[in-house]
Amino acid sequence: MSVVLAVLLVATAVGAIAVVTCRDVASQAVVLGAYGFVLGALFLALSAPDVALSEVVVGSVLTPLLILLALVKVRGR
Amino acid sequence: MTSRQRRLVAVPVGAGLAVVLALAFHGLPAFGTAHHPYGDASVRAALALRHTANAVGSVTFDQRGLDTLFEEFILLAAVLGVRLLLRPAAGEHQGTDPDREPRSPAAVRATVLVLLGVTAVLSVSVVLHGHLSPGGGFQGGVLAASGLHLLYVGGGPRTLARFRPSAALELLEAAGAGGYVVIGLVGLVGSGSFLANDLPLGRTGSLLSAGTVPLLNIVVGFEVGAGLVLLLASYFAQERLAEGPR
Repeated sequence: MSVVLAVLLVATAVGAIAVVTCRDVASQAVVLGAYGFVLGALFLALSAPDVALSEVVVGSVLTPLLILLALVKVRGR
Repeated sequence: MTSRQRRLVAVPVGAGLAVVLALAFHGLPAFGTAHHPYGDASVRAALALRHTANAVGSVTFDQRGLDTLFEEFILLAAVLGVRLLLRPAAGEHQGTDPDREPRSPAAVRATVLVLLGVTAVLSVSVVLHGHLSPGGGFQGGVLAASGLHLLYVGGGPRTLARFRPSAALELLEAAGAGGYVVIGLVGLVGSGSFLANDLPLGRTGSLLSAGTVPLLNIVVGFEVGAGLVLLLASYFAQERLAEGPR
């Protein structure tokens, strides 16, 4: 296993723990977005650029945006 | 169920799962090697038989095209469900956008204008080159849909709404989903099996190659792009729902 892969696997584990231990939902959405980039980098390192692209556009852009929009409604501004 | 009972169920089930997973992983090909029996077989099929430079695109839209049809309809059903659930209920009405929206700083508007052009070109390119390089209808569609929302950053809700005609987007989404089925039926009529890729395959690596793969990428791009814009529009509209009579 290459060094890059080992670093990215550790970053994936750390990032996942960071997402679930984040208690405030709004900041959790942002941490989740950052985690999407870590996962994307891991998929890229595993020669899966197609999946990496999907992960980045969905995980880092769309999901955090949907969570934030739902929060606006739930918290009633 | 008390926590003691839960533990009594969890321990044997967890142990069983661990044993089954260990047995399954034991038989897997090694991690991180350059060759893999399934990978090698599908890459060979993509390049030699189907003239599709992006082997992933070949698996998604040709070798396993039916799976992608179902995935497309899962997204369609999800968007429909959200729009149904988030429609104005009895006693609610759609509030109107404020007549004037605060003007964003000129630097933000200029950046948004540049980024709008970049995302528009990039998303079209990602869709049209789906059979040649990483990307495809799904990725390009998500890019286009999220790029459109730069209008919210540079302008505001009114600017975004002006470039988001619901009726046209609903039509595009339906046409995208239906187009996939139509391409499948053309294969059924032409060569007797649904989604058969019997268009001319062209030269591997050229824009017009891979038969139905680029066409399927285009219809999926429309379905995903329009669907996600409608999905986000439902969420945005929730902000403005007002209670009480109109």
